[in-house]
Amino acid sequence: MIEVDNIHKSFGDAHILKGVSTTFHKGQTNLIIGQSGSGKTVFLKCLLGLHSPEKGTISYDGKAYSKLNTDERRNLRQEMGMVFQGSALFDSMTVEGNVRFPLEMFTKQAKSEMQDRIDFVLKRVNLVDAHHKYPSEISGGMQKRVAIARAIVMNPKYLFCDEPNSGLDPKTAIVIDNLIQEITEEYEITTVINTHDMNSVMEIGKKIIFLKDGLKAWEGTNKDIFRTDNEAVTNFVYSSDLFKKVRQMYLEERN
Amino acid sequence: MNYVASIGSYAIMIKEVFKKPTKWRIMKSLILKEIDELIFGSLGILIFISFFIGAVVAIQTALNMTSELIPKNLVGFATRQSIILEFAPTFCSIIMAGKVGSYITSSIGTMRVTEQIDALEVMGVNALNYLVFPKIVALLMYPFIIAVSMFVGILGGWVAATFGGHSTSADFTEGLTLDFIPFHVTYAFIKTLVFAFILATIPSFHGFYLKGGALDVGKASTTSFIWTSIVIVILNGILTQLLLG
Repeated sequence: MIEVDNIHKSFGDAHILKGVSTTFHKGQTNLIIGQSGSGKTVFLKCLLGLHSPEKGTISYDGKAYSKLNTDERRNLRQEMGMVFQGSALFDSMTVEGNVRFPLEMFTKQAKSEMQDRIDFVLKRVNLVDAHHKYPSEISGGMQKRVAIARAIVMNPKYLFCDEPNSGLDPKTAIVIDNLIQEITEEYEITTVINTHDMNSVMEIGKKIIFLKDGLKAWEGTNKDIFRTDNEAVTNFVYSSDLFKKVRQMYLEERN
Repeated sequence: MNYVASIGSYAIMIKEVFKKPTKWRIMKSLILKEIDELIFGSLGILIFISFFIGAVVAIQTALNMTSELIPKNLVGFATRQSIILEFAPTFCSIIMAGKVGSYITSSIGTMRVTEQIDALEVMGVNALNYLVFPKIVALLMYPFIIAVSMFVGILGGWVAATFGGHSTSADFTEGLTLDFIPFHVTYAFIKTLVFAFILATIPSFHGFYLKGGALDVGKASTTSFIWTSIVIVILNGILTQLLLG
C-alpha cells in the first residue's frame, strides 16, 4: 500500500503539485489520469523517489520515504518495478540481458536459477522466442512486454507504469492492460499507472484519481466514472462522441 | 555564473562516480568492453595519423634547414622532440576528444533521452558509477596507445626522411638519441594520464546531464568536444609550466 499525504512539488516558480493526498492499495490497478501538464508525471516521479516533494509524505507500507536512510531507500527501490513510456530498454543488451540485469545487479542467484526466473517471466508476458533479440529488432508491443518482464523479475511490491499504451495499436494496448492487471492481482502488487488511454480507464481502473492543475480533482472507480457529475472529469473523459454515447447508454441502462 | 554552476555540477558528478560501486563481476565486464571500444577502437586512427604527422614533421624540418651550419641529425632530433613532447600526448588527445569524447557524450546522452538512465536510477543503481567509472578505468590504458603513437610517429619521420632523401638513416637515428632526456617521456605520460581523466569525464558530464531530445544529443557532442579540447589545451599549458618550467 502506498499512502500519499498532501505532497507539494515546485520547479522554480512553477507550483506543479499543490497538495495531493490519496492511497493506493495492493492487488489493484490504480490509475492517474489528467490533461497534459496536470502534474501526472511529476506525481509518478515523486512516487518513484526521482523527485523529492517539498512538503508532505509518501509512505510505502507504513514507511515514510523521507525518513529512510540511503540503504533503506536503495532496498525500497529494489522492491519497485517501473515500465517507462518508451520502454527504456537497454539497447546494448538483448531481451534476455535486459531481464537478467536486475537479477545480476541485486541478487546472488546461481546462473541456472537466474535463467529459470528469466524464462518464467518472459513466458509470463508471452515472449518465448525473443530471448536473443535486441530491442531494436522487436515491435513496440514486444518492447513493452520486455519492460514489464524486467519490472516484475525481482518480484516487486510496487509497479509503476508511465503511459504503458502510448504508441501501441488498440489491440496490443488491451493485451498490455490485461497483462498488467493479471500480474497485479496474481502477485498482489500495488500498481500505479499514469495514462491518457480511456480504454485503460474503463477496463482496468479499479481506482482512478484525476489530477487537474496539480490538485486531485476527483477519485473513484471505473464504475463511478460513468455516474460522476464532476464537470472537469466528464469534460476530460467524455471528450469524444464515442465515450459520450457509451456513458449515455450506461446511464440509460441503469435507469 | 553558468560556468561556475557547471564546474560545481562536474565536481559533484566526480564524487558520485566513486560512490556506491557496482558489483565487481558486472564492473569487470563493463571495463573490458570499454577498453575494447575506447582504447583498441582508437588504435587504428591514431596509428594512421601519427605516421603521417611524424613524416610531415620530418619533411618540414628538413626543408627548412637551409643553412649548412645546421647539423643533419636535427631532423631526427626535431621529430623526436615534437612527437614525444606535444604531438603524441596533446594533439592525439584532441583527436581523441573528437573520436572518443563524441562517442561517450552521444551514447550516454541517448540513454538519458530514452529514459535508460532513469530506469537505472529507479532500480537503485548508481548510474554515474555504472556508466562513467568503467570509462575512467579503461582510459587508464590511454598511455599505452600514446606510446604506440610516439613509436609510429617517429617511424613515420624516419621513413619520410630516409626514403624521401631528406636525411640518412644514420643521421636521423643519431638525432633521435641526441640529448635525450628520459623525463620528457615521463612528462608526456603524466600529461596523458591527466588528459585521459578529462577525456572520460567531461564528455560523460555533457551526456549525463543532457536535457532535450535527439537534436540535443548532437549539440551536446559538439559542446563536449569543444570543452574537452579547451580543458586539454589549458591543462597542457599548466602542466608544461609545472613539470618543465
